[in-house]
Amino acid sequence: MADLTSEFCGIKSPNPFWLASAPPTDKEYNVRRAFEAGWGGVVWKTLGEEGPPVVNVNGPRYGAIFGADRRLLGLNNIELITDRPLEVNLAEMTRVKKDYPDRALVASVMVPCDEKSWKDILPRIAETGCDGFELNFGCPHGMAERGMGSAVGQVPEYIEMVTRWCKEATGLPIIVKLTPNISNILLPAEAAKRGGADAVSLINTINSIVGVNLDSFSPEPMIDGKGTHGGYCGPAVKPIAMNMVAEIARNPETRDLPISGIGGVTTWRDAAEFLALGAGNVQVCTAVMTYGFKVVEEMISGLSEYLDSKGMTSVAELSGKAVPNVTDWQYLNLNHVTKAVIDQDECISCGRCYAACEDTSHQAISMTADRVFEVMDDECVACNLCVNVCPIEGCITMKTLEPGDLDARTGQTVSSESSDWTKHPNNPSFVAAE
Amino acid sequence: MQSRERHSGIVAGRLEPDALVENFTDLHEPLADHEAQVAADRCYFCYDAPCMTACPTSIDIPMFIRQIVTGTPKAAAKTIFDQNILGGMCARVCPTETLCEEVCVREIAEGKPVEIGRLQRYATDTLMTESAHPYTRGEATGKTVAVVGAGPAGLSAAHRLAMLGHEVTLFDAREKLGGLNEFGIASYKSTEDFAQKEVDWLLSIGGIQVQSGQKLGQEITLDGLKADFDAVFLSIGLGGVNSLRAEGVDLDGVDDAVDFIAKLRQCDDLSTLPIGRNVVVIGGGMTAVDAAVQAKLLGAQNVTMAYRRGKDRMGASVFEQDLATSKGVTILYNAQPSAVLGEGTCSEVVFEYTAEVDGSLKGTGEMIHVAADQVLVAIGQTLLGAPEGLTIEGGKIAVDVFGKTTVENVWAGGDCASGGDDLTVTAVAEGRDAAMDIHAVLMGEG
Repeated sequence: MADLTSEFCGIKSPNPFWLASAPPTDKEYNVRRAFEAGWGGVVWKTLGEEGPPVVNVNGPRYGAIFGADRRLLGLNNIELITDRPLEVNLAEMTRVKKDYPDRALVASVMVPCDEKSWKDILPRIAETGCDGFELNFGCPHGMAERGMGSAVGQVPEYIEMVTRWCKEATGLPIIVKLTPNISNILLPAEAAKRGGADAVSLINTINSIVGVNLDSFSPEPMIDGKGTHGGYCGPAVKPIAMNMVAEIARNPETRDLPISGIGGVTTWRDAAEFLALGAGNVQVCTAVMTYGFKVVEEMISGLSEYLDSKGMTSVAELSGKAVPNVTDWQYLNLNHVTKAVIDQDECISCGRCYAACEDTSHQAISMTADRVFEVMDDECVACNLCVNVCPIEGCITMKTLEPGDLDARTGQTVSSESSDWTKHPNNPSFVAAE
Repeated sequence: MQSRERHSGIVAGRLEPDALVENFTDLHEPLADHEAQVAADRCYFCYDAPCMTACPTSIDIPMFIRQIVTGTPKAAAKTIFDQNILGGMCARVCPTETLCEEVCVREIAEGKPVEIGRLQRYATDTLMTESAHPYTRGEATGKTVAVVGAGPAGLSAAHRLAMLGHEVTLFDAREKLGGLNEFGIASYKSTEDFAQKEVDWLLSIGGIQVQSGQKLGQEITLDGLKADFDAVFLSIGLGGVNSLRAEGVDLDGVDDAVDFIAKLRQCDDLSTLPIGRNVVVIGGGMTAVDAAVQAKLLGAQNVTMAYRRGKDRMGASVFEQDLATSKGVTILYNAQPSAVLGEGTCSEVVFEYTAEVDGSLKGTGEMIHVAADQVLVAIGQTLLGAPEGLTIEGGKIAVDVFGKTTVENVWAGGDCASGGDDLTVTAVAEGRDAAMDIHAVLMGEG
């Protein structure tokens, strides 16, 4: 069986599944139960500076969007960092780490953007025996209004500066948590690296309004008739997170920077996808907030089985496996021709492919009076929409034409040569080889 | 009151009152909000949906289900009522398993269709309990229409005609309106007096004057109506029943299933309704199933439903047959009654087994005796009291596709008219379509 032991920027854990800094990791009680359930590590709920703790709203903190059967697809929160005194958190972290020495315990930290604040607090936290720090430059609500969280994360120069202070203040690994609320994720990632970060973790939550109450005309979650933007997470954000992870993983400046993948990891498969795109481990939050700590058992068994099925013996072997295949549009092979094929034995004649193709795509599906749907190869551009809207998995597939086959749409035979936009005559930048 | 479960003969109070209440509750519980969401979400919103084609009233099923998904069940109900003003009753009594749900692509794919009937009930119940009648009458046309028979076809026609601005007079032979909705449907399909509530709701559009206790051929005549109204719509149903041709049918204890069902529906206290210990129902249609199941639910110890042909020929759907057997009814296939035996009162029915040879049914000579202190006959209904002058075709009033009879300004629909299955939903469609044709003719567009 594959070995799931993980070493992430020098921090060891029995598996690559960590709980992200969030309500599930807010206190000893939860974290002990998480470790008992099998989680490989936790990033403790973000610690703030000493003194009166932050206060949270006393109304709803979360809002959600749902899929079928009220399946939670996206969660939004307006909760702030830990609202418990620093010393209480530190005492609890110390006890937990002592009892679970094999698990990763990382302290998430967010203090005002001055050198003293960061340099004072890190050594104090290090006394808990924690394995490293995660700098919270991500939270998009509340703390950002006070010049922390994403207010720092959106300014690469600040990231670099604070990371450097932290590296000067401790010998423990520094993970910089990135906000997705920025136009180009590479800028903060590169800044973190310049500042000496040992790793980055991403994504933090996405700025969002999750719903509007159409009776009171207020954003949800609603506090006394008003709402504010909150941080969006859960399965719905996974595609956005994976793109950002992949961009950092394939960027020459940052490709050697370890990445902790965060964003909608709900099953082993989600985790495997993040790992393949270059993450060294993953952090989970919404899945446990929805289903409880137990889900890690499925993640462990699923990833283990998958690695075995691929003949891989470690998580490290999977990490980054898909990165070489992430490329720019301009390098995609324009001579690769596919056609949709409808398996008539699988087809249940719902006609969704027909409606989609006829109304919104290329009018490439025919329909007979007795509801037989067929692809017209001479119209099909292989857009894949019929595959995506078909309710039966595997009913519509894309068949790749072989070199020499006729593409009925263009009337041309399929070339065996790969050729992309950079070499296409319609490309104004294309200069034919002399 | 002591239970009389094992008393012989036809007696009341076989079951405790609580058990009777339990037995006659809704066959299908109404969907709760979340259940409706989950059920609705299974709809694929098919293109040119097969369910819609299968519905005799052509309700836009994918659209109303989508309206449920988006939290607008009243809009969903409006989509239903636009096509079928008795969508509430149809949601309860339609044999969906042989109509919309039979052709649902998920039935084909998984053997589990979208629960269209229950979703329709969810939508229509929501509107009918929470909102005012959703239709208003059009500008008055000054035209008058007589609708004879306040069953599904008549109610549907009357509502549509009133909506179009005509003055409607709705006649019915009975004091209570509703026709088979009120008198002919198994109680567990239409609980809490739904049929009457639906009639009241339907009539609340206005413009429909009710004349009950008026029987065609007695208090009113077609000639009289033709003289008094601009158009006449006949929806008089099938008033007669086929009688059993077998020795001993005159014995006490041999009754029409239709009467039994009607009595049961009108009974306020089921513990007073007598039922046999050994009940035999003769027939293979929905009426036979309704009678057999309800006999069982009333506490009959043994209920046998006998049909002269095989299972595959039975008029009642497989769902109905399964319902019957699940309630403890024994179904005897390929058995035709040859005699009812007894002294003054029936005590058993003698059946001869049959076989279908080259398409015709023949007795095999093998006999079976089934104990019976009550026999309910459900071997079909017949047209009774059709006015002179109308063309009768296959035992029904002949009509064209618009519901026109061979007599000028007279239309007909529902079970009394030719064409279509004898179903509530078909009657509703025929009433609606005839109303549209009457409107076109009266307004000079036909």
